[in-house]
Amino acid sequence: LRGLNNLLFYRYRDLAPQLVPLDYTDKPDVTLPYELIGSMPELKDNPFRQRIAEVFSEDGDGNMTLDDFLDMFSVLSEMAPRDLKAYYAFKIYDFNNDDYICKSDLEKTVNKLTRNELTPEEVRLVCEKVIYEADLDNDGKLSLEDFQHMIIRAPDFLSTFHIRI
Amino acid sequence: MCKSQQQVQLLFILCLAAGIEIDGQVESDTQSEEDEGKEKISKKQPRRETVRAGRLERKKPQRDKEDESKEEENCPRQNRASRRKKHQKKNGDGKNAEVKERDKKASTKDQKNSENKEKKTNKKQKEGENKQKKDRKNSTSSESSNSFDEESLSEEELAMLMEQVEQRKKLISTMRNKPWRMVKKLSVLREAQAFVEKFEGALGKGKGKKLYAYKMMMAKKWVKFKRDFDNFKTQCIPWEMKIKEVESHFGSSVASYFIFLRWMYGVNLVLFGLIFGLVIIPEILMGMPYGSMPRKTVPRAEQATAMDFSVLWDFEGYIKYSALFYGYYNNQRTIGWLKYRLPMAYFMVGISVFGYSLMVVIRSMARNANQSTADGDDDNFIFSWKMFTSWDYLIGNPETADNKFASITTGFKESIVDEQESNKDENIHLRRFLRVLANVLIICCLCGSGYLIYFVVKRSQTFSKMQNVGWYERNEVEIVMSLLGMFCPPLFETIAALENYHPRIGLKWQLGRIFALFLGNLYTFLLALMDDVNEKLAEEDVVKNITRWMLLGHHNSSMGNSSADTPPPLDPADVPRGPCWETTVGIEFVRLTVSDILVTYVTILVGDFIRACFVRFVNYCWCWDLEAGFPSYAEFDISGNVLGLVFNQGMIWMGSFYAPGLVGINVLRLLTSMYFQCWAVMSSNVPHERVFKASKSNNFYMGLLLLILFLSLLPVAYTIMSLPPSFDCGPFSGKKRMYEVIQETIELDFPLFIAKIFIFLAILHTSWLSHLSLVPCGEAISVTAGGIYSTAKAWHSKITCSKNMFFFSFFFQVIYLKFVSIASDHFSFEATSETMLNP
Repeated sequence: LRGLNNLLFYRYRDLAPQLVPLDYTDKPDVTLPYELIGSMPELKDNPFRQRIAEVFSEDGDGNMTLDDFLDMFSVLSEMAPRDLKAYYAFKIYDFNNDDYICKSDLEKTVNKLTRNELTPEEVRLVCEKVIYEADLDNDGKLSLEDFQHMIIRAPDFLSTFHIRI
Repeated sequence: MCKSQQQVQLLFILCLAAGIEIDGQVESDTQSEEDEGKEKISKKQPRRETVRAGRLERKKPQRDKEDESKEEENCPRQNRASRRKKHQKKNGDGKNAEVKERDKKASTKDQKNSENKEKKTNKKQKEGENKQKKDRKNSTSSESSNSFDEESLSEEELAMLMEQVEQRKKLISTMRNKPWRMVKKLSVLREAQAFVEKFEGALGKGKGKKLYAYKMMMAKKWVKFKRDFDNFKTQCIPWEMKIKEVESHFGSSVASYFIFLRWMYGVNLVLFGLIFGLVIIPEILMGMPYGSMPRKTVPRAEQATAMDFSVLWDFEGYIKYSALFYGYYNNQRTIGWLKYRLPMAYFMVGISVFGYSLMVVIRSMARNANQSTADGDDDNFIFSWKMFTSWDYLIGNPETADNKFASITTGFKESIVDEQESNKDENIHLRRFLRVLANVLIICCLCGSGYLIYFVVKRSQTFSKMQNVGWYERNEVEIVMSLLGMFCPPLFETIAALENYHPRIGLKWQLGRIFALFLGNLYTFLLALMDDVNEKLAEEDVVKNITRWMLLGHHNSSMGNSSADTPPPLDPADVPRGPCWETTVGIEFVRLTVSDILVTYVTILVGDFIRACFVRFVNYCWCWDLEAGFPSYAEFDISGNVLGLVFNQGMIWMGSFYAPGLVGINVLRLLTSMYFQCWAVMSSNVPHERVFKASKSNNFYMGLLLLILFLSLLPVAYTIMSLPPSFDCGPFSGKKRMYEVIQETIELDFPLFIAKIFIFLAILHTSWLSHLSLVPCGEAISVTAGGIYSTAKAWHSKITCSKNMFFFSFFFQVIYLKFVSIASDHFSFEATSETMLNP
């Protein structure tokens, strides 16, 4: 595991060697801007990379310190428990940060997933179906509990919500 | 060590420490307790400097204690610590407190439903407050310490202290499940750890305190050792980067094939170690060397051609008379100065191969069953799951990402269309008719292929009696089987287009049919082989007579030549040899395996690589677009490859008893397969266009493997139980049945009382046995039936520990009964048992 720790630290450092010192004993306050994080090979093809960086960064802008970086990869690793992953997945798909996945969040998700290839009618249909399937308390939007209840049963969730580094 | 690494290390301490808590609660269940705890801290304990770049590793409690004492400028604290050391503490109480706490936590867990964000801000506020109040607390600590100045701490306070320590421990272990920020987690963790370390040592009883502290230290060292060992094990896993590369290009389903391959390689490596170390090496080192005995020498007639490559390729010649096959082994009861019981070892290793494989497969299935959820065919969340779980975060390649986007779009469109169409009426009768038709056609194909194999094997027997057989005639059987395996599955797929099933269901039907095809082929092959075996057994008597006459003749002639009393021994190469059916069977399996390997590799080379080259380079001068149109690039056929692997393993299991070297060949094959297939996938395959996850397939393939294990156990068990071993080859020659080696060992090597125990058991179980033992292979069949039944149950339900035990116990019960029947056969009731067991 020490090997893995070192690996993560060096990956972080490799993004910007001139900004990240090798010695962290005096707790330097180093934050890497989102552009560097988003250009990592593991993330650059992911349509949700901006949201991932925003969720795990301290300032909510996508600029990550080493701690945030480690946090991100530990949640997305194989070892993280299902509930923890579900919690963070909810935050990632909640685009407007209002603790509910509402219709506009769903529309943004679908459009990101299909790169705007679906017609607005189809997008609307999909979002309505999702709300119909998953919304348990009938408030027209998905709360954390609704989301967790739905995602826990998904057979693919653990294997797709996983980044290997 | 730099700070970041410490932090990271602490983080992963959290991860590993809580590794056992699988479904950790995100909504922190210790929330209220923590708050309570924090309040208690703020009241009672001085606030420790948590954000100090200090040494907080658990492995150095002594140093920490020193640091703490240095840190603390307060005498009261030292007083309190020393006072603690003097006083008694009820550990038992502490344990009860822990249990009560857990119950308490469980109940509060149910009650909780607060917003995480609010909690976080609350926590942050509390932390901030706590930090600010540090100085104030120091003063309060001096006050509180004054209260502790009394000589005896009250039981209550000690109990409370114990409770707090337990709280901290629980907090540490569930830390990883909390959705807090890293900084916060680290600071809370440090504080909790420091608290635990400081007061844990003080909690031991007066005299036993040292022992208690020592025990705690050893426990910590053990935890650390386990952690380091786990790290080491993770680093040792081979091919991790290769698989990651494949994964990022092709997604997790293709990578799952390679992970399965790697797992198989591990299992085969263990089996190879068992066989090699316990059977092959002793025979080679301590047994008689080549050429010293008839069974170990190439007969005179064959010696001329024994080194020819074509003969060696057929595994005749020198290879046939080597340690690779059953026939080489001597039936000497003990060999070498170690008195190593080789026949017994051979038998036990043969059985333990199956036992170990069974254990490993069941354990893997249980692990998979724990991870996967209830029913993958749940229809309630189709769109939700498509939206939230369709993007594969492992993708790291733009081309794959493009494909994924396209497939997701197609998936959505299809689901929308399905949704709209589901209200339409369908013509049920037509659909049913088509499905029945398709099944009839496929059954015809299966029967046809079974008959073809039988016919070809019979023909090969007549060929073997002829002279001047060409290469094709010699290898006809293997070629036909491989061709069938290559062409029937696509045929099944085209017929299945009539059936119009949902793709996931269609895949299951397809896999089931391919399974039936392979199984049918294999068993037909075995049946044909059995005829061969029986023929050889019949020949044995004839050969025995010939041998006797020939030896007699040799003696007479040599007596005539010299006046010595003992005739010179006959050269081993000249002794007429009995037919050795076990070696023949072993050779057949080895040849089948080798041809299977070759066919697989050639298929990959031609079907994938040459095809890719053709499409890439000939595309310029071809009429239509090769890349988009007909051949195009191949997709990696996951299910075909996995099934190939599973069946290959089945053949290995079947053949390893008669050809110990077969497992070694398989290990080599898996090793080269890994590299070869990784290369082939990366260079000539394209990611799947239509990706639907057969996501429970992990357990499906394991289930297939389990079924194959039992089905390959059946022939081996049958031959062990009911066929007499050849009289002049192998470790069991001279016995009536192979399992008699166990009786022999018990009789001669174990003390007498064990034999008496078996007599007693035999008396107890005789009547029970009569049901099972009526047919010689009744035991084998009942074992396999039990195995198949348990496999089916395991497949369709979650495997829990108790069910594992049930399967194991069933399996072993029958083995045990058989064992006792052997004992009863030998030790007592010999005559009557004989009639019962051998009709």
